Amino acid sequence: MTRKQRRLTMIGGSLAVLAVAAALVLNAMRDSIVFFSTPSMAAEKQIPPGKRFRLGGLVQPGSLVRGENLAVSFSVADGNTTLPVAYKGILPDLFREGQGVVAEGALDASGTFRADTVLAKHDETYMPKEVADALKKQGHWKDDYAAKPGQGAAK
Amino acid sequence: MIAEAGHYALVLALGLALIQSVVPVIGARRGDVALMEMARSTALAQLLFVGASFTLLTTLHVMSDFSVVNVFENSHSAKPLIYKITGVWGNHEGSMLLWVSILALFGALVAAFGNNLPASLRAHVLAVQAWVAGAFYLFILLTSNPFARIAQPPIEGRDLNPILQDIGLAVHPPMLYLGYVGFSISFSFAVAALIEGRIDAAWARWVRPWTLVAWIFLTLGIAMGSYWAYYELGWGGWWFWDPVENASLMPWLAGTALLHSALVMEKRNALKVWTILLSILTFSLSLLGTFLVRSGVLTSVHAFATDPARGVFILLILCVFIGGSLSLFALRAPHLKQGGLFAPISREGALVLNNLFLTTACATVFVGTLYPLGLEVLTSDKISVGAPFFNLTFAPLFVPLLVAVPFGPLLPWKRGDLLAAAQRLTVAGIAALLAIAVLLAWMRGGPVLAPLAIGLAVWVIAGALTDFAERTGLFRIPPSVSLRRARGLPRAAWGTMFAHAGLGVALIGIVCETTWNSEYIATMKPEQVARVAGYELKLQGLTQRQGPNYRETLAQFAVSLDGQPLPAMTPSKRSFATRGMSTTEAALLTRGASQLYVSLGDASADGGIAVRIYHKPLVLLIWWGPVLMAFGGMLSLSDRRLRVGAPKPARAIRKLQAAE
Repeated sequence: MTRKQRRLTMIGGSLAVLAVAAALVLNAMRDSIVFFSTPSMAAEKQIPPGKRFRLGGLVQPGSLVRGENLAVSFSVADGNTTLPVAYKGILPDLFREGQGVVAEGALDASGTFRADTVLAKHDETYMPKEVADALKKQGHWKDDYAAKPGQGAAK
Repeated sequence: MIAEAGHYALVLALGLALIQSVVPVIGARRGDVALMEMARSTALAQLLFVGASFTLLTTLHVMSDFSVVNVFENSHSAKPLIYKITGVWGNHEGSMLLWVSILALFGALVAAFGNNLPASLRAHVLAVQAWVAGAFYLFILLTSNPFARIAQPPIEGRDLNPILQDIGLAVHPPMLYLGYVGFSISFSFAVAALIEGRIDAAWARWVRPWTLVAWIFLTLGIAMGSYWAYYELGWGGWWFWDPVENASLMPWLAGTALLHSALVMEKRNALKVWTILLSILTFSLSLLGTFLVRSGVLTSVHAFATDPARGVFILLILCVFIGGSLSLFALRAPHLKQGGLFAPISREGALVLNNLFLTTACATVFVGTLYPLGLEVLTSDKISVGAPFFNLTFAPLFVPLLVAVPFGPLLPWKRGDLLAAAQRLTVAGIAALLAIAVLLAWMRGGPVLAPLAIGLAVWVIAGALTDFAERTGLFRIPPSVSLRRARGLPRAAWGTMFAHAGLGVALIGIVCETTWNSEYIATMKPEQVARVAGYELKLQGLTQRQGPNYRETLAQFAVSLDGQPLPAMTPSKRSFATRGMSTTEAALLTRGASQLYVSLGDASADGGIAVRIYHKPLVLLIWWGPVLMAFGGMLSLSDRRLRVGAPKPARAIRKLQAAE
């Protein structure tokens, strides 16, 4: 192999891998990305039943109902609108009425949000001034485990 | 007084860092040895003062001095001593102090053990190290002072976040930081080389051990964090593709690439510019990780509680260092003497392939982690990029890498023969195919992907062993000769074998856990029996207990397999009054590499309790793999002491040994 051929093999190989990676990323972007909505955004956008999204808001105080066999239902509110959520399973330790929650799932035909994952994150100092503020960004409750900022700084 | 002394020590460290940033560079310019040597004393003094500062903060925590904001917010007088100590870095301010302490430690190590470095290179390296340190001292002092006082000291503290009250906090962050911050050394070496405009194989020989040390700690730190999340969070997940995890994975991927490219540079004096770039990128990703975790852009529920000045300050540090070093790179790299090109089929070629896939995989993680942030800034759409994205991008890129891993060590330098390597890997290939066939037959109608992935893992492990068998002539020559050869094998070769095999071991664990995990989730009442994967778990009863700073509900489970009783399991749920939070303490029963996992949910009104039971086959391999990798790294590191043959006078070699 000449020097030029070697160089071309290297560059060609690299470009091929990068192209494959770019194709993979674009493909995954199309299929596996989940949008985040608050109840009012969900109502506004009229998300069709069956389309997966993340619902974030505060658990409406007094709305939590535990049913048979770990079925739970509660409402998520953002100050303007509330959306009923149905979930089956064990709620995270940090789940509590009046606190922030993020649920992932889709709406069913009756307009109930069927969640398959519920994430909650807060500590007792977490008191949003405006719900909209609190929902500005999605929260991952598990971030707490790795000494994240705020739990000390939350004043 | 203690807090003020700690604060003052930190200010002094900043002063020393400022001196260290300027004086050695001037010394190197003028060729003034005395000025260059100053870097060493300042680096050591910096460690002394930061160490003092850190020790004083720890003292405050141990003494429960609630007149200090940081202690008040993160401690409680009833907290066990170990958590009082680990609580020092269980918060923003303290963990930044740990960050700079480790940075100072690495700087001091270079100063203390860098005898064999050329004086000007050492001066430049330490100066660059001081630039980074200075920026972070300023950050701490201006935005996150851990020694701030409260005017009216409260009687009791607010306690540490209960999730953090675990032995994991004692191990995981320090390890992770040793890894993250350890890459600052290769960064400083890279920038110093760019400033000096000179780089050679010796440079790679100096950089590699430091990179290896950082890599070992980062590997263990990530694995430890994953295991901690697994047992502490109560749902048995060990990797969530969470941005905070990705922030540590990216430097690991880039660092792994750097280890391999530095090898090419050391042995063949090629890939110089690329290695420099990787050194810069690896530490840049560490800084990015620090920014993502510390600025509050990700941990958004806390975002408004965090002082926005912090985010801006870290972003500024990020821009200055990444932008500055990359500009310097763009300016100087073209002038560096390029190494030769080489044949694509060769050890070098294989290492380039490794770099290509690792950096590309790193880039996909980067895109997945930062795309949501970028999109939100641009369109204010909020999206989440989770596991599905990474499974579709990261995993396919790792498959060809894993297929190629066994070939690398079997290819000779300069020019290899792919066919010959393939021939030697026949046994490994047969082993892999056999594993696939057996699993497919056994799992008839089950998932197809899992047996294939396990076949790939077997291929990687068998491939790693093949290299070893080839080198020792195992099964071909008398065992005693093989044994002697194995003993004579360089430690680095052993290291490669363990590290590569560890990759395969981890893959087996990942595949088994995700594919054959069985679970049982229900409300159980006393005397009820749950059956999971052949195990019978009988809930015997619930009891209450008072801990030092919490109350807990314990559930006793009698466990048996095929009628044989096994040790009982007692998961618990703790509630911490001070923070009004509860945590789940999972119970684990280890059988070989598999685990039975029980965690509790909420108690129901009628005396039952929600229970999660998992059987996780071979789950421990997920963490044994990285431990093997780190062990391989340590072997490889110890090899360097024995290393001779570098073209240097004997005296210099002895010094080199002492240094490493």
